[in-house]
Order: sequence, then C-alpha cells, then structure tokens
Amino acid sequence: MEKLLSGNEAIAEGAIYAGCRFFAGYPITPSSDLAERMSFRLPQVGGRFIQMEDEIASAGAIIGASLCGIKSMTATSGPGFSLMQEHISFAAMAEVPIVIANIQRGGPSTGLPTFPSQQDMMQARWGAHGDYEAITLVPCSVEECFYLTVKAFNLSEKYRVPAFILSDEVIAHLREKVRIPEPGEIEVIDREKPRVPPEQYYPYDDSQGEVPPLAAFGSGYRYHVTGLAHDITGFPTHDPEKVGRLLKRIVDKIRNHVSEIVEYEEYMVEDADILVFSYGCTSRACKEAIQELRRDGVRVGLWRPKVIWPFPEEELKKAASGKKAVLVVEMNYKQIGYEVERILCDMRVHWMGRADGEIIPPEEIEEEVKCILTS
Amino acid sequence: MKIEVRLVGEGGQGLILGGLILAEAAIRDGKNVAHTQTYGAAARGEISKSDVIISDETIYYPKVRQADILLALTQEAYDRYTRYLKEGAIIVVDEFYVKRYDKDRKVYALPLSDTAIKETGKVITVNMVSLGVISELTGVVSKESLKEAMLARIPKGTEEINLKALEAGFEMGRKAKEKG
Repeated sequence: MEKLLSGNEAIAEGAIYAGCRFFAGYPITPSSDLAERMSFRLPQVGGRFIQMEDEIASAGAIIGASLCGIKSMTATSGPGFSLMQEHISFAAMAEVPIVIANIQRGGPSTGLPTFPSQQDMMQARWGAHGDYEAITLVPCSVEECFYLTVKAFNLSEKYRVPAFILSDEVIAHLREKVRIPEPGEIEVIDREKPRVPPEQYYPYDDSQGEVPPLAAFGSGYRYHVTGLAHDITGFPTHDPEKVGRLLKRIVDKIRNHVSEIVEYEEYMVEDADILVFSYGCTSRACKEAIQELRRDGVRVGLWRPKVIWPFPEEELKKAASGKKAVLVVEMNYKQIGYEVERILCDMRVHWMGRADGEIIPPEEIEEEVKCILTS
Repeated sequence: MKIEVRLVGEGGQGLILGGLILAEAAIRDGKNVAHTQTYGAAARGEISKSDVIISDETIYYPKVRQADILLALTQEAYDRYTRYLKEGAIIVVDEFYVKRYDKDRKVYALPLSDTAIKETGKVITVNMVSLGVISELTGVVSKESLKEAMLARIPKGTEEINLKALEAGFEMGRKAKEKG
C-alpha cells in the first residue's frame, strides 16, 4: 500500500524490513523522529529500543547487540556522529556490522540544528582513526530512504563493515508517497554464520574468503573481540605479517568489490555536454534546473551517486568521458568536489555550493551552467 | 499539472495536520505529493506553515517556491507569504484575523474560524473548514478523497465534528465560488 511517510520514517521502516531488531540512540535534531518511530515500531516486531546516555554509548550498544547476532542501528546528526567515531573505528577493526543514519544539519559544532547541510561527507569517509573502509549511502527521496536503508543493512552484513546513511534535514522531514514492499519482494542479506563446530571456529579466519563468518555471542561459540590488531583467533598480535594481512583484508574486502557495491542514477546523461554531479537533496534542485535548461536547448544531464563511499570512480569516469565540463553541486564548502577533481583530473571540473542552511535553488544552478557554457 | 499549496497560520491551528490530510487526499487521487512544514522551535502562537506540492509528474525540487493556493489564517501569515505567489494565485483568508489585504489580488475573505465555532463549537476544526473551502474552490483534491483521508488521520471519536466542519467548508466554498 502507498503511504505518506517522511524520510526519517522511511529509514525506520527500511530498517525494520531489513531485519533490524535493536536500536540504541540519543536524540538529536533533525534525527529524533527517526528514533521516535523506532521506539514505536520495534516492540511491534519483537525488537528492542533503548535510549542511551549519549552517542558514544549508543554506538557501543549497537556493536554489542550486533555481536549477539541482532541487526542493529542508531541515528544521529553531525555532533553525535563526531562522538561515535571512536566506536566506528572499533566496529571496522573488529568487523562488526552496524548501521548509522546521520541526518545532516548545518555545522561545524552545534551549527544549525534545524537546517540542512551536506557537511559530513568527508567525515563519513575519514572521520575515525586508522585505515578502514566503510560504506555510505545518500538518499535523495523518501522512497530511496527506504530502499537504501535495506541496502545499508545488506552491505553491512555482507561485508561486516559499518554502513552509514547520510540523509539531510530536507529529505528527513519531507513527506512523499512510498510503497512498502511485501516481505520477500526485495532481497535481505544476513551475515554468514560459521559452518564449523565451536571448537574449530576462528572469528577472523580468512582462509575461505575476505569476509569471515560471524558467530553470535551466546550461540555456543566462544571467541575474543578486540580493537587491538589481532590474528585469526581474535587475540592481539603485533606480528607484522599477521597485522598487515588483517589490515589489508579490511580495506580490500571493500576496494576489491566497488563495482558490486556502488549504485547511481544517470539522468539525461547520454547526449549531455555538461554533466552535473550531485547527491542527496541537492540533486533534486539540479534535476529541476536541468529540466528548465533542456527547455532552452541546453544539453545537460545529472550523474547522481546513491552510494558515495566507496566512491564510484570508474563509473563516473565512464559517464564523464567526452563531456565538455562537469559541475559539482553540494551543500558545503567543497568536499566531494575535490574528490571529483581528483578522479577527473584531465577535465574541466567546476564546483558550486553553499552551507548557509538553505537548499540550493534551481535558478542558481541554471545560472552556473549557463556561465560555464559561455566561459 | 503541478499545484503548490501553502497553508499558513499559528501553531495550534492544526495546519500541519491539514497539510498531511491534503497530501494524503492527493495520493488517493493518484497524484504525486511532497509535503514540507516549518521545522524549528515553533509552538502554539508561533507562525506555522504546511506546504504541499501536488503533481501528475515526478516532483524534483521539494520546496514550495511560488504558491498557486495560499491559505492565511492570521495577518502575519498573509503579510509574510503573499510575497511568494504565482500570478493569479488563489488566496483564502480568515476574515476575522486578516483585516488588511490587497484588493487587487484574488482574495476570498471568509468566516473560517467563526464557522468552525458555529458548526462544531470548537475553533480547532478551522483546519477542516479551510480544507473544505480549498477543495471546493480549486478542485486541487477531490472531495471524496479528502473525506477519506481525513477520516483515516483524525483521532477516533472526532469523526462527527470533523465531517461537519468539512461539509461546512464545502458549502462555504461553493457559495464563494458562485459569488466569484
């Protein structure tokens, strides 16, 4: 059935659909209504909701619950996401699947609590210490909030990594019609469980593949989990060979599978002279602008990543090949713009953005495209 | 067809709920919708805004920029939001609260809250009276869908007064339309 849902509500529904049964969180604008929805919905499906004392504890609680075999998530905004970084690093090192929704508001610091931004894009990539890979998805509609949340859980379970949903205040509180699929209609992936008896189980045994099966605490499998560099038993080691092998695997399990993970939308790209690169709520203003520009005969198209980390490098290169110029539009003072410049280093890459709390209006984008055409 | 509707008044006048019901009615009519609302520290007495875009096409830019239909339940709402209107926009105001308005605009000054009180004894039903007027005047949503959407949203036990308010709105809209 078609329902009128907000972006935050759709993330909650997507989480429930994906099998999330534990939420620990600390309220923060503009994410609080996501937690509210989970507090109402989880008990209906046999799940648990807990409000923690802060965001650090929230991230810790979902790591613990996930180790017990329960798909778990939290939701926050910029300041809370900062506090969670230490545990994100731990989850990456210990390879515990967790999902965090960061509903971006204006920063830095407490910034603009009730207004949108896209200022945490690089924090999602490089926010925590150490070398690791995580996955970040950027929905641009309420319906996509649902589907990309299911995908976030699927990828997190499949690769045993933290996955982030980077929404923003506009999409969070926008209400649109969504059709919630029937159970079984879209794929739900569960982490692989050990196929060996407890006495033969090693939690970080990579002999069968890059992502070792994960046993649930309390299911009879005893093992050690630590943030220290560890060997296949899960106990600390500083043997360079073992450490190197672990860390290489932690990044390679994502880097070797980028093409399977990424997802993107191409809108009027084929015959376009100018390619607009945008994501999240900003991409909707771009589409509106592109429609107007097309009416004036300007050949312009949109390339929009739905998964932004790992970055769809090869896919973007292919789409941009032969175009006259690329324009990156984002609601910050240049974050992904630098990434696009790096990837398309032999092209004319323009950038526009603002982070004053206002979504970029289509007219400004139209003007920028016209400027590029005449320059 | 794409119509941008803006409902503005004070916190406590039920316009957020009004916007949700309008959006849900449009979904029942088979349309695409985008609903946004003021988000901030607004409580009772502060300005409260509920925006609905209704379209046959996919809606890209999700915010209302220039409204086709404006409902203003207070003077402040009128003063602030008549700046963002399309040419020929339809404006509905509560004649009790909005005393100053442009004579050269298409303004329907109607006894919205007075009718709510008279029909239901509760001024809080002014949102349903207003939705009834808008639906009848503009046809932006069908009356049937509006009724169904309202009944699906409102608290149990309030069906009777809300239906009464909605019907009173339809009636008022009909008369206003005839008068032109």
